[in-house]
Amino acid sequence: MAREDYEMIIGLEVHCELSTKTKIFCSCPTEFGGEPNTHCCPICMALPGTLPVLNEKVVEYAVKAGLATNCSIAKNSKNDRKNYFYPDLPKAYQISQYDLPLCYDGYVTIDTPKGEKKIRLERIHIEEDAGKLNHDEYGRGSFVDLNRAGVPLIEVVSRPDLRSAEEVESYMRKLKSIFEYIEVSDCKMQEGSLRADVNVSVRKKGTEKLGTRTEMKNMNSFRSIVRAVEYEANRQIDLIEEGGTVTQETLRWDDVSGKTFPMRDKEDAQDYRYFPDPDLAPIRLSDEYIENLRNNLPELPESRRKRYLEDYKLSEKAANFTVQSKYYSNLFEDAIKVCDNPKSVSNMIMSDIARILNEKEEEPDEIPFTGEDLGELVKLIDDGKISSAIAKKVLEEMFENPKKPSKIVEEKGWIQISDEGEIKKIVLEILENNPQSIADYKAGKDRALGYLVGQAMKATKGKANPQLLNKLFLEELNK
Amino acid sequence: MSISKEEIIHIAKLACLNLSEEEIEKYTKDMQEILEFANTVNNVNTEEIKETIGANDNYNVFRKDEVKQTVSKEELLKNAPSQDDGMFRIPKVIQ
Amino acid sequence: MKLYEYTAHELAEMLDKKEISSEELTKAYYDRIREKDGEVKAYVSLMEDKALKRAKQVDEKRSKGETVGKYAGIPVGIKDNMCITNTKTTCSSKMLENFVSPYNATVIEKLNDEDLVFLGKLNMDEFAMGSSTETSAFFKTHNPWDLDRVPGGSSGGSAAAVAADLAPWTLGSDTGGSIRQPSSLCGVVGLKPTYGLVSRYGLVAFASSLDQIGPITKDVTDSAILLNLISGHDEKDSTSLKLEKKDYTKSLVNDVKGMRIGLPKEYIGEGINEEVKEAILEVAKKYEEMGAIVEECSLDVGKYATAVYYIIACAEASSNLGRFDGIRYGYRTEKFENLKDIYKNSRSEGFGPEVKRRIILGTYVLSSGYYDAYYKKAQKVRTVIKDAYNDLFKKYDLLLTPTSPTTAFKMGEKSSNPLEMYLADICTVPVNIGGLPGMNIPCKLDSKGLPIGFQLISNSFEEEKIFRAAYTYEQNTNFRANKPEFKGGDK
Repeated sequence: MAREDYEMIIGLEVHCELSTKTKIFCSCPTEFGGEPNTHCCPICMALPGTLPVLNEKVVEYAVKAGLATNCSIAKNSKNDRKNYFYPDLPKAYQISQYDLPLCYDGYVTIDTPKGEKKIRLERIHIEEDAGKLNHDEYGRGSFVDLNRAGVPLIEVVSRPDLRSAEEVESYMRKLKSIFEYIEVSDCKMQEGSLRADVNVSVRKKGTEKLGTRTEMKNMNSFRSIVRAVEYEANRQIDLIEEGGTVTQETLRWDDVSGKTFPMRDKEDAQDYRYFPDPDLAPIRLSDEYIENLRNNLPELPESRRKRYLEDYKLSEKAANFTVQSKYYSNLFEDAIKVCDNPKSVSNMIMSDIARILNEKEEEPDEIPFTGEDLGELVKLIDDGKISSAIAKKVLEEMFENPKKPSKIVEEKGWIQISDEGEIKKIVLEILENNPQSIADYKAGKDRALGYLVGQAMKATKGKANPQLLNKLFLEELNK
Repeated sequence: MSISKEEIIHIAKLACLNLSEEEIEKYTKDMQEILEFANTVNNVNTEEIKETIGANDNYNVFRKDEVKQTVSKEELLKNAPSQDDGMFRIPKVIQ
Repeated sequence: MKLYEYTAHELAEMLDKKEISSEELTKAYYDRIREKDGEVKAYVSLMEDKALKRAKQVDEKRSKGETVGKYAGIPVGIKDNMCITNTKTTCSSKMLENFVSPYNATVIEKLNDEDLVFLGKLNMDEFAMGSSTETSAFFKTHNPWDLDRVPGGSSGGSAAAVAADLAPWTLGSDTGGSIRQPSSLCGVVGLKPTYGLVSRYGLVAFASSLDQIGPITKDVTDSAILLNLISGHDEKDSTSLKLEKKDYTKSLVNDVKGMRIGLPKEYIGEGINEEVKEAILEVAKKYEEMGAIVEECSLDVGKYATAVYYIIACAEASSNLGRFDGIRYGYRTEKFENLKDIYKNSRSEGFGPEVKRRIILGTYVLSSGYYDAYYKKAQKVRTVIKDAYNDLFKKYDLLLTPTSPTTAFKMGEKSSNPLEMYLADICTVPVNIGGLPGMNIPCKLDSKGLPIGFQLISNSFEEEKIFRAAYTYEQNTNFRANKPEFKGGDK
């Protein structure tokens, strides 16, 4: 059988760092970076005698995440200990949630070529992050930094509803977008604040029984996840086709070789011995608490999308693209406060900004300028101060060296030439130097006009007003 | 109800303990006795009884999300058996 | 009378009237320690320099007329599982032999605020696991009434120190009887408060849902005073309860008329030494004479408490002791080539046999396939035991039982059989399972001249009833006329 005769069954456990000020069980800052072991205290360092106290914002953020992903919220919940030894886990247990997660039975919708698809969520629970091991290239050892130990996470567990690497990517992008919108996480993948454990199995199309799955842990870039899922599914299919069987195991994705490898087991036999943490009190959430959070949830992408279609008459494609990231969407909303041209703004986001980010391999949250700046840029075009060609250059400059667009235009001397007398001079000069083009034009070759305009643009470094150029060239040629 | 030496070895592994042959013998015997005693809890009828969670009736004990830093890095690291560059040093961990 | 023979409340009065200075008092204790602790071996470490410095500071404040706490300048001894900044906290384990805490336990902060003087840290069973202080990795503590016998445990150092006048009062911790049982064996007053009354922050955890810090004192008055000083809500401990602060000395009333006392028959039956049984019946009679109503009752399900206790306590301990891995602090093995060696060898060399036994038991009852049969089942039986207590306290103000089924036993007598040692706690363990307060009050000496104690148990947060009944008993009897003789030993 061919690979096409199989389907992939993928489930994700997405870990997302919550953007609280302090850690989940102590008052240390959660700020990224910092000298090793400086965001630590006796509690997150697990000194003997210390005790955890739960951060109220962690519960609030997790419930918000649950509400925004259509989950039921547990009225009775608790924290459990997951016991295992590893140097990045100072207590030798992770405080997590076992049988009573804060949120359960939710879903998110993703766009697929076949239309919208619901991806069911089994649960969302709260837990603490581990510290970091640094490795020394000279082989002197490994070094434990506990700054991240105790940073709050939510773990979002999906049902195995995903069927392709593309679906995995749009599911993760969707979660990322939702969590950004409701401001429970900044979801910075480059800082590891959004990462996923990916469970993959394959089965022949038309069959019911799930195949044996493998798990790839701690994936933190969309690109690697897509590649890893494809590689792993194909590996499993080829294995089955050759008459082998898939073993249930944890794998490590190696981005350099583009292959998966079995991980050396952290413990020979994993048995986490979960039990309720006796140092923490159970969590009981009232209806008022839950409803209050529900009613104060920020506007979600779905609702923004509808507004963009109806109020700003954006195309389906433009609206979808703009709301996919809170940063795009906020950029858009701030820009149209300054200029009255939603379509141009969304076009600029969709084409130019997205292209530049893609070239720089950056995410929308890394855009270094404000929506007001973008609005001003569009307004400069609309007012005829710069051409759209110049606008692209200004935008590039705004990424490299963020300043007000008007300032950039002024400093670079990119103001559009709209003085008719000045442009006429240029037109006449170009015509004089290109008699062949005049002849071509007169012979009915319309392309010659384009060439002449191009020459004029080149001569003015793109600053000439293109409409005016066109008009004057035509006037002269048709004389 | 009987517990084997293999089980004790497995449990010791989970608990990160190295046991000598002698200790395995001794603990197997002790566990046998203690577990037999512990098994008496099964004489109690607990149908429809909920297990105790937490030692008292406290619930919703939360902390405000406010940064407080108490102890310096030097103080926190002063008991480290081995340290380097402000980090705890351990033998190289291979993934 | 020598200075070290007074109770803390008597000393407070003398300090207040400037009849003595704190420095003089502190020195008197160190002299006494030098004289007697060689035989008793109650202290693991002394804090002499710091103690004398603080004593002088307090004296200065007093002489300048500055306001100081009512008990400022009074020495106190601390069980070595409570953290004091820049001081060793060893839990009497090789694992923490050199551990210097960078922070204070909440109880220490509270005593600091009152300007008490810390004499030193007291010996205990390793990580509080034991009933005889014989599992200390450093040395055994001897019972001042008979140096060949154990002081009980795990707070054996704390109880022996008070009995031998090596401290006016001390703090102990109690998970299954670790304050009350040694207090009984050493003839002093020991209180385990209601779970959640005293903060556990900074107490090195043995079993989180059972551990509680409490006072060990010469008399009931001191017990009420020390509880006043250490109790109260602490935001660092999620299990600490928000309650209005009480003054327990108000309960020191010489009157038990109309108090209803239940005498559970299971604790004056099989498994209890005859002389102990008789003594308890005498106490019951005494209470009746003083006007209380004493009635036999039953706590049948109490017989499962020890099994429940060992399952839950060891399960929690196996997890709580995971952090001792030789990476951030504590003992690190010298025999290692890789990370796994550090873990396994540090833990195997750093923990003693009883600690390892309990870690193994606790790991076992939580492991896959056994969780429901042991841990979950035990937590259900715990509910049943709590319910049984609730029923009893609808009828009675207090329950009266022995504290220990026997008086002090010989060193080594029970250390080879763990189960037999576990049964030393049968009278005290059910109280921890219920989260209730319980106090040991010494009542008489047995035929060997060893102290017998009785236990008063009340419902949660009704320590006042215990104080009142204990105080009344003390006022109408005279156990303190007996003094330990330091007999036996290798003199």
